[in-house]
Amino acid sequence: MRKKTIIPLFIACLVIVGISFSFMNKHKNDVTPFKPDADNAGLKLPVGFGANKVADNLGKARHIVITKDGSIYIKLMKVVDGKGILFLQDKDKDGKYEVQTAFCNYGGTGVTIKNGYLYASSDKEVFRYKLDENEQVIDPANPEKIITGLLARRQHQTKSILLDNEDNIYVNIGAPTNSCQENDRGLESKGKVGCPILDSAGGIWQFKANKLNQSYADGLRYATGIRNVMGLDWNTQNNTLYVMQHGRDNLNSSWPKLFNTKQSAEIPAEAMYMIKKGDNAGWPYVYYDTYQHKNILAPEYGGDGKKEGSKEFINPIVAFPAHMAPNALLFYTGNMFPERYKQGAFVAFHGSWNRAPEKQAGYFVAFVPFKDGKPAGEWEVFADGFSGLNEVMAPREALHRPCGLAQGPDGSLYVTDDVKGTVYRIGYNINK
Amino acid sequence: MKKIICAAILIIGFLSNSKAQIKKKDIVAKTPTNQLAKGKILYAKHCVVCHQADGGGVMGLNPPLIKTDYVLGDQKRLINIILKGLDKEIEIDGETYANPMPGLSHLSDQEVADVLSYIRNNFGNKASIISPAQVKVIRASKTK
Ligand code: HEC
Repeated sequence: MRKKTIIPLFIACLVIVGISFSFMNKHKNDVTPFKPDADNAGLKLPVGFGANKVADNLGKARHIVITKDGSIYIKLMKVVDGKGILFLQDKDKDGKYEVQTAFCNYGGTGVTIKNGYLYASSDKEVFRYKLDENEQVIDPANPEKIITGLLARRQHQTKSILLDNEDNIYVNIGAPTNSCQENDRGLESKGKVGCPILDSAGGIWQFKANKLNQSYADGLRYATGIRNVMGLDWNTQNNTLYVMQHGRDNLNSSWPKLFNTKQSAEIPAEAMYMIKKGDNAGWPYVYYDTYQHKNILAPEYGGDGKKEGSKEFINPIVAFPAHMAPNALLFYTGNMFPERYKQGAFVAFHGSWNRAPEKQAGYFVAFVPFKDGKPAGEWEVFADGFSGLNEVMAPREALHRPCGLAQGPDGSLYVTDDVKGTVYRIGYNINK
Repeated sequence: MKKIICAAILIIGFLSNSKAQIKKKDIVAKTPTNQLAKGKILYAKHCVVCHQADGGGVMGLNPPLIKTDYVLGDQKRLINIILKGLDKEIEIDGETYANPMPGLSHLSDQEVADVLSYIRNNFGNKASIISPAQVKVIRASKTK
């Protein structure tokens, strides 16, 4: 008799606790376990890795960030139905994420999460949105504007953003020209003396992450002489900023007497820099030569393809092939991938255009092993096949182009594509 | 006096006629196919790096030359794009392009005519040939 009443009571208690628990966490999401598609989403990956498409047709999906419960925020370059940030979850755990909400009325590239806020950039401003305990935006319509009035002309207009662990935010401000010429990309046009644009662009600026309405006067030009950066990340091992520069174009079309089309396709390197406060990487005065492995004086400033540049400029720590357009950089800190990937750098290469008439390059995600903030081996192709082609002659042919990278709470790697708006998830699965 | 005038008229007539003959020969030598063949080489040298082998341009950076209003439409505007370049936001099928196009005024009238005739009859385009004379007039005029 007693037993008979205790058991239902116990069950009722469990139900009540369960309901209240789920009520408290009604926004809480569980990380979808990684499961590769049969064809690994069309990607070529190292042995043991797999991939699936978690979303598709989202628009020009640029940078991406994953919350601690596995939900996704994506910044769109161009608003879709008036909205520029997408929030996705996979509620039924079938591996496909659905857009739950869309907000923000501006297009842009940067999005990241730090200390209870979602940060996002337009081409001229940076905003932040307070997050609740599940890292969901509390008031999507009313962000705080933390940075405003940044230079954004037509070229290299996008702003990528990154926070360190001391409440500083770093913003790239791309130079609005190829090489600071009098006549941009023109034939044998000289460089402007003392390239004036470096006062407001061509570098990385540092601002406070928690101060409103800052502009140039409130910020610090943290590093200069960097033509345009889209991929940047903070290495927590040595507490240092790393950036991927988009190197200069048009050596042949502007300087046909000095560079043939093949040299123009292969020079300069796409450079990864380790940045310390005050560094100068030398744009537009020098470029890093893929073959000579040094900074060479730019033809706009009297160079002939051989003369070395000033020693005041820093050298890259990794030099990739030319024009591959690195659009994202991520230091891997997860536990899912094998040991050699830990602390290493993933780089999403959007893919080249400035190599024509040679075939194009990039359109893949590369990996560089790192130890204590220094490269510990050669770079390698990690994920390929985004373009859907064996070789890309013209960028328009590529079906997908990698653009953003993010690490999930389980250690899987997310890659966005801004052609079709596909989101890939790459995981490691020993049983496969 | 009359004789002299007559002779002068004859001579002038002969001269202008022979000039006209040379011009005619010129035109015959530059049949559209020849112009298009030259245009193709010029495209590979001066345009392909930005507009690409398929004329498809580069997403967000350099516009396509496939059936655009600029390629098929107003010839004066088209010639001016080559001579003076272009650096303002244009929209093609809802897309905009961030890069500038530098002026290529170092190309001769004939070269501009050839490369434009080529792009107007390639990449799925079909439009009239552009003559060097048209380029010459626009190069000389100050207005844009
Ligand atoms: C350095 C790169 C570059 C080179 C070289 C170049 N263009 Fe362009 N071109 C552009 C860009 C960028 C635009 C768009 C500019 C803008 O939006 O203001 C453009 C615009 C155009 C347009 C008008 C828009 C359209 O797509 O219909 C035409 C026509 C054109 N270019 C033809 C040519 C031809 C022909 C050549 C070679 C003789 C050439 N271009 C060389 C970059 C280039």
